[in-house]
Amino acid sequence: MRRDRRTVALMVGLPLMMLIIFGYAARFDVTEIETAVLGPGADIAAAQLDEAFTIVKQDPAGTDADARRLLADSEAAVAIVTGADPKLYVDGTELFIAQSALRRGDSLPAGVEGEILFNPELSTAAVMVPSLIGLILLFIGTVITSLGVVREREQGTLEQLAVTPLRPIDVIVGKIAPYFAVALIDMIIITLAGILIFNVPFRGSLFLFAVFGFIYLFVVLGFGVLISTVSRSQGEAIQLAIMVLLPQVMLSGMIFPLKSMAAGVRWIGYLLPLTYFVQAMRGIFLKASSFAALLTPLIVLTVMAVAVFGLAVWRFRRDVAPQTAEAVGS
Amino acid sequence: MTWGARDLTITYGEDTALRAVSVECLPGEILAVVGGDGAGKSTLLRALAGIGIPHQGTLTLPDQGLTGYVPSEGGIYRDLTIDEHLDFVSTAYGLTDWQARADDLLTRTDLAAFGDRLAGKLSGGQRRKLGAAMALLPRPELLVLDEVTTGVDPVSRMGLWRLIAGAAAEGAAVVFATSYLDEAERAGTVLLLHEGRVLAAGSPADVASAMPGAVTESDQPGSPERSWRRGRRWRAWDPKGIQSREKVSLEDAAIVAELVAAGEET
Repeated sequence: MRRDRRTVALMVGLPLMMLIIFGYAARFDVTEIETAVLGPGADIAAAQLDEAFTIVKQDPAGTDADARRLLADSEAAVAIVTGADPKLYVDGTELFIAQSALRRGDSLPAGVEGEILFNPELSTAAVMVPSLIGLILLFIGTVITSLGVVREREQGTLEQLAVTPLRPIDVIVGKIAPYFAVALIDMIIITLAGILIFNVPFRGSLFLFAVFGFIYLFVVLGFGVLISTVSRSQGEAIQLAIMVLLPQVMLSGMIFPLKSMAAGVRWIGYLLPLTYFVQAMRGIFLKASSFAALLTPLIVLTVMAVAVFGLAVWRFRRDVAPQTAEAVGS
Repeated sequence: MTWGARDLTITYGEDTALRAVSVECLPGEILAVVGGDGAGKSTLLRALAGIGIPHQGTLTLPDQGLTGYVPSEGGIYRDLTIDEHLDFVSTAYGLTDWQARADDLLTRTDLAAFGDRLAGKLSGGQRRKLGAAMALLPRPELLVLDEVTTGVDPVSRMGLWRLIAGAAAEGAAVVFATSYLDEAERAGTVLLLHEGRVLAAGSPADVASAMPGAVTESDQPGSPERSWRRGRRWRAWDPKGIQSREKVSLEDAAIVAELVAAGEET
């Protein structure tokens, strides 16, 4: 075991990582609620708010429509509109933030009428199902793909392909395309199941959904291929896949709100693709978010797709590439 | 055209798998690569098959697609049938009019009756023969077979040998690694590897006759460092002995060469 560093890392490093995650990240209590305060009494209302309400926008000229837009674009989790008929809008896609905001009603302007947008019943399924799409695709992409490719290496079939006249790119596309197709079908099945079985609303753009799904698949399949290129056996591939999966489950904001995590571990969440896919899916499913509102996750996921998939293909190419031209002659 | 390697050195990290190995593979001839575990046989064969391994030295190989290769792992997809394997090879190599040759190869390997059987349900010997048939289908100029007879029953080994000999008769240069020295004796040339370097090379008779000293046979083991069991009896090497060259087997010569190499290292 002294020489099996990966197993030691899994047995020693993982519990340590879990302790840190559970200690600093796994918090349901929200201490930071991004809040917009709008309307003529915005300044006074903002001054009276509980300290948990972090003011991200304060606009005396703001209206009801502005408040709804700010929540739809995820610029704030809570919006207070002051005036003769004060309103409190809460983003229902952020379950724990919404519940925390509603519990702190004492510091809100008197007579305020609350409304939960996008997920009025604060349904857990409505929030979790879009996120689970990302998690399931991540599982397929990392575990299934890496196991499949490593199995081929163990059987010697990858080496055999390197001897054929097929170009490395032909082999790479041939190996990855089936996983891509199956993952795409899985994505459609999971989405339909979420809508039909769990009654999760789908309010956004189908096109944006397809674009995010497509890009995200490149990221997760890239992880799978990358794991396969550094694993000598299927057991090693599973170990590495767990190391990739677990942080994403805990730190992506899928279960625990990113805002409630300690700053020391929250930044890790911003390095994970599932974080951005969860944001995009919740936005598309529940808020009908616009392209502009989803631009940041789109850009980040695209950069990740290019980097991870590119690195994976580069490493995979070494497995299926023939001898360089100068070594071959006839 | 002669294929092969000159001064081929391959390292994996700090480990040197091959040290300045030179080898020639002639059309129509069979080269047997023998040696103990970790001798570098598979590394040499992978390099000769044209798999991209960083190396020093020169490799002279056929153009891409003119080499047939069976890796030591078998190179078989367990969830494809025999027919699907050959169909796949024909597509990968861009072959036309291949069906007659495929039928012939399946007949010669006694696999013709199992065309629709999944490879995962074949015996070990049948899988080895399927691997050889796949490698032979595109009529390669260089046929590289890594331990293709290991774990195969004697009857299947005979079948595989007929295939290998047939490929050489068609003009292919054949290189195969084997742990069975009786098989290596059938090859035109033997290359004996030990820890990545060539201990002996030449025809089986040349390698055997180059053995220093003499090997004797008895019912009792001799010096533990210089004796080994063959069947019910013991063989012992005497470095200063004199022996008729005709009585030296390739197996004796290979074992002695390894003993000499081990002695030089200590």
